[in-house]
Amino acid sequence: MAERCGIVGIGQTKHDSKRLDVSMVGLVREAALRALEDAELTWKDIDAVVIGKAPDLFEGVMMPELYLADALGGAYKPMLRVHTAGSVGGSTGIVAASLVEAGVHDRVLAVAFEKQSESNAMWALSIAMPFSVATVAGAGGFFAPLIRGYMRRSGAPEDTGIRVAVKDRLNALKNPYAHLHMEDISFDLVAASPMLWDPVRYLETCPSSDGACAMVFASEKLAEQTQTPPAWVHATAMRSEPTMFSGRDQVMPQASLDNAKALYKQAGITNPRKEIDCAEMYVPFSWFEPMWCEGMLFAEPNEGWKMTYEGATALDGDLPVNMSGGVLSSNPIGASGLLRFAEAALQVRGQAGEHQVDGARKALGHAYGGGSQYFSTWIVSSDKP
Amino acid sequence: MSESEERKPVEVLRTPVVLDYTYSAGQSSSRHLRAFGKGKLLGQRCPVDGRVYFPSRGSCPQHGVPIEGEPVELPDRGTIVTYSVNRVPSENIDLELPYAAIQVLLDGADTILFHVLGESSIDDVHMGMRVEAVWKPEEEWDDSVANIRYFRPTGEPDTPFDQYKEHI
Repeated sequence: MAERCGIVGIGQTKHDSKRLDVSMVGLVREAALRALEDAELTWKDIDAVVIGKAPDLFEGVMMPELYLADALGGAYKPMLRVHTAGSVGGSTGIVAASLVEAGVHDRVLAVAFEKQSESNAMWALSIAMPFSVATVAGAGGFFAPLIRGYMRRSGAPEDTGIRVAVKDRLNALKNPYAHLHMEDISFDLVAASPMLWDPVRYLETCPSSDGACAMVFASEKLAEQTQTPPAWVHATAMRSEPTMFSGRDQVMPQASLDNAKALYKQAGITNPRKEIDCAEMYVPFSWFEPMWCEGMLFAEPNEGWKMTYEGATALDGDLPVNMSGGVLSSNPIGASGLLRFAEAALQVRGQAGEHQVDGARKALGHAYGGGSQYFSTWIVSSDKP
Repeated sequence: MSESEERKPVEVLRTPVVLDYTYSAGQSSSRHLRAFGKGKLLGQRCPVDGRVYFPSRGSCPQHGVPIEGEPVELPDRGTIVTYSVNRVPSENIDLELPYAAIQVLLDGADTILFHVLGESSIDDVHMGMRVEAVWKPEEEWDDSVANIRYFRPTGEPDTPFDQYKEHI
């Protein structure tokens, strides 16, 4: 990593099931303008724009970056589209940071979004393959058998997932941007909600959201000039693996473990559970909290559920997870990864409002996608690397 | 048009997308699909670790080498390694709800097949359950995995977890 990179501006939209008050253009501008305002910059200060979103079929608009370019101040500037399925928001942040770290640009705007109300993501994720039998209904249909595998392997108590769902929705009540604000959330409410993809209940599932997230990245000299201290990028990592191969561990993919090891090595972290103050991870179905606590090496294999169960991942626990309410409370798919990365940065900048973790100096942002096969993560800190 | 209608923004316009496309299965998948058309299940061995891929495919996704060699014929029975009971409707899926979406490890295969369970109460489905294929009548066969209508329980004792756990 040649140059240091700081995050100097962070913005996001109010996430909702249908943002009919804005077009796709209006949605991304809402987030981008907030990021610029936070950075006390204007469009002309930006050298390049990186746009990320999940498959184009989710809105039915092919290559939307073409028509979003001018709305995001991209005219006559370098512009890049990133696509790594559900992890794309994370990858978008990493590409933007890399452009600064490599010394290519001094200030880069990263924007990620999804406007799920404009099409049908469940349909787009369940396209029948030729000459086969279609049985997998949406992401839940794909991940439910993996969750069952985790439950069997770990022997975790059956209500672990319910506890995650309640915790994240309670956190969301502290986050004005979250899609779901469920004042009446309770263990009994989640437990009584219908099984959609058994063993996954309705309230253990993420919502469908419209939303966007934006961040401004700056080189060291420029990052030092901001009024609010920047979040410094300490490490970034991406790993992937094929969806299907013989002996593939679908529950705990090798790519996740490799990614975690590479990330911590780069960040100089030897005891992640102790050294990281809080983590915002991609948990679209409640059981993925204990799974990724293991996947990010916070817990031994098959013991991640204990962190949930003992309250370690609660806002007042020793390693809070998904302080913002997480993907379980807002899921504009393409933006969801960048929102995780942004929450990590908000925490170390002390900008997280009611869901601020006291004294957070080092935070993890995590995203995954595809068939649990793409992983993007970063470590940000209030201290310079 | 009244003034208030003029001021009302256009919020939603439904424009359905239709995609008509030609799919080339390729040499390896074509051989596999033609075998299906004759009621046979053909797998192929990875030359690096000898594991049997079913459906067979042109290359090993793990080792990045071509999978050539003689096909391996597999029986139409196996073990459910994991599953979910689906109660969510999807426009693309022509199955009555609820149904058990199963991942089947065919005997002698080292990869899983996604299919559906039939002739069983969804309360009975479980990991390790032994199942066998129920084929459509031969006159309805095509070069397709859909020639198998579903898998049904055989009633044999369950496969021990240790024997299939690496496939979850």
